[in-house]
Amino acid sequence: MQSATPPAEVVIELRKVSTRFGDHVVHTEVDLQVRRAEVFALIGGSGSGKSTLLREMILLQRPNAGTIRVLGVDLQDIADDQALALRRRWGVMFQHGGLFGSLTVKENVGLPLREHTRLDDSLIDEIADWKLAITGLKPEVGAQYPAELSGGMMKRASLARALALDPELLFLDEPTAGLDPASAGGVDELVRKLRDTFGLTIVMITHDLDLLWQVADRVAVLGAGKVQGIGSMSELSQIDHPAISMFFAGPRGRAAQAQAGQQTAPAAGRKS
Amino acid sequence: MDLQLVTPATITQSTPAKLLLAGAWTTRGLDAIGPQIAALGRAPGSAMVVDSARIEALDTAGAWVLQKLLQRLRGEGEAGGDVQLLDLRPEFARLLEVVGQATVLPAAPAARRSTSKLEDLGRSTVAVLEQALALLGFVGEVALALAGCVAHPARCRWRPLLYNLRSAGFDALPIVGLLSFLLGIVIAYQGAGQLRQYGANIFVADLVGLSMLREFAPLITAIIIAGRSGSAYAAQIGTMSVTEEIDALRTLGIAPLELLVLPKIFALAVALPLLTVFSDVLGVFGGMLMARAQLGVSFGEFIDRFVKAVSVTSYLVGICKAPVFAMIIAVIGCFQGFRTRGGADSVGRQTTRSVVQSTFLVILADALFSVAFSALDL
Repeated sequence: MQSATPPAEVVIELRKVSTRFGDHVVHTEVDLQVRRAEVFALIGGSGSGKSTLLREMILLQRPNAGTIRVLGVDLQDIADDQALALRRRWGVMFQHGGLFGSLTVKENVGLPLREHTRLDDSLIDEIADWKLAITGLKPEVGAQYPAELSGGMMKRASLARALALDPELLFLDEPTAGLDPASAGGVDELVRKLRDTFGLTIVMITHDLDLLWQVADRVAVLGAGKVQGIGSMSELSQIDHPAISMFFAGPRGRAAQAQAGQQTAPAAGRKS
Repeated sequence: MDLQLVTPATITQSTPAKLLLAGAWTTRGLDAIGPQIAALGRAPGSAMVVDSARIEALDTAGAWVLQKLLQRLRGEGEAGGDVQLLDLRPEFARLLEVVGQATVLPAAPAARRSTSKLEDLGRSTVAVLEQALALLGFVGEVALALAGCVAHPARCRWRPLLYNLRSAGFDALPIVGLLSFLLGIVIAYQGAGQLRQYGANIFVADLVGLSMLREFAPLITAIIIAGRSGSAYAAQIGTMSVTEEIDALRTLGIAPLELLVLPKIFALAVALPLLTVFSDVLGVFGGMLMARAQLGVSFGEFIDRFVKAVSVTSYLVGICKAPVFAMIIAVIGCFQGFRTRGGADSVGRQTTRSVVQSTFLVILADALFSVAFSALDL
């Protein structure tokens, strides 16, 4: 789980992926690679196709052209049983949680286990409790319904459900959007902890500059249907391109950069 | 990664002081571990060795089970010897450590009180009364909004009204027409056998005319519209309140009742009587076709008799029920929509309730009308 391991294994590989909705072109020949045990962030302005790209990686949508390989499996023409096996190996946290309103939080977290394993109910409940604890939720929350939760709790519960089956790969859609700064900071911490302790590969969409500077190992900037730049935040800050520099210019960009500069660089500061 | 390829996790107690763990301690390999763990015993006072060299895979679920096993063994040892875990692969050891740190014990499960039958009965009665009271409150609010609208006609919203008139009225013409037509056929067909026995074929016009115009046309139209538009109202308003659109309207200074409820009530109050007329026509037409086919009553004879048998009062009695039914359907649909709380399943529940309650109230109102009209000799 050290970043210095020899040539890192590629977990997700996109090759010449193109997507269109009718006449509207979203992606033209996007190439991308995500390595094992890294925190990979996708950024870009609104409408740059980040979410579409994420949906294509998790089999919710098909690209018009190009190949996507996730965990060594080609997603084009994937058979149903293969898709099911693959889906068990990743976890997805949706932007608005995607928790089932008719189930309690604990039942939501236990659902993948009930569906895909033959464990005892009592064991599933214990594991669900513990997953909730990992994500920083109090045990009482388990008995509540999603409608009773605050935004931050909902995201944490959704994350707990994504972690239920011990995925190798975790997809996060806007993990900090709509959270107060303290909760957002908690999510930064959580993402880092997950990667370090479980060796998870994490792919996230975010606009949170702090999360990008503090946690992301590599960042891909999408713009005009292409990857405009890819690398660590400090590498990207050297590139002069309008689609990229908008994340570094402006008071917020500079403040996040300055704060990250005071601490160690994100890639090196992980194991301290 | 197939289910078949996973070696199940096993525990063997080779000697009383030694446990051998093997297989995949993962969510997919752990199904049979529970009974094995339960069967384990430990001689008190002796040291114990747990050999984990043959564990092939370990995930958090497995680590959790292992952690619990170790805790239990250590607890059972009383003052006795130590429990040692041997040969755990380093990456698994790290995972076990993480699990060990986080072993916060689940809070006491929320006590689920068992309730007595009497208590259940009381609670459901209170819930029904509370809902009736809320409905009364809602009717009051609607009446106030209506009064406001009458006092300031400029505040009326024409666009949603016309839209509702089309969707609840015009778009319902085919289904209302078809079902009324079939209903007319059924009535004439059922009556034909009886009438023929007495040679009273021509009275089929009385039968079809009176029953359709007074009872069936208003009722079938109201029930179709309750299922078609009442449910749509509840679902629309329910979804809007779940997605905070209703709150957004309020904060923008738009009264949800004026925008969402009044146009629906107005539209339905206009559309339902018109649909009832349409239903009258097609129902009688269906009866007329059947009368000719089964009883040999020609169209001309039928219409001659129809005009004599069915008074204008009978026709108006049927039509005047329709606005009342329209009120019931629109108010119940909107009311149940506004009572939606929480998420998607609540929308479904309220929609069902709106249809059940408005159908029930429509039939109840129809019964009351019958009583009232017979008292008035209409």
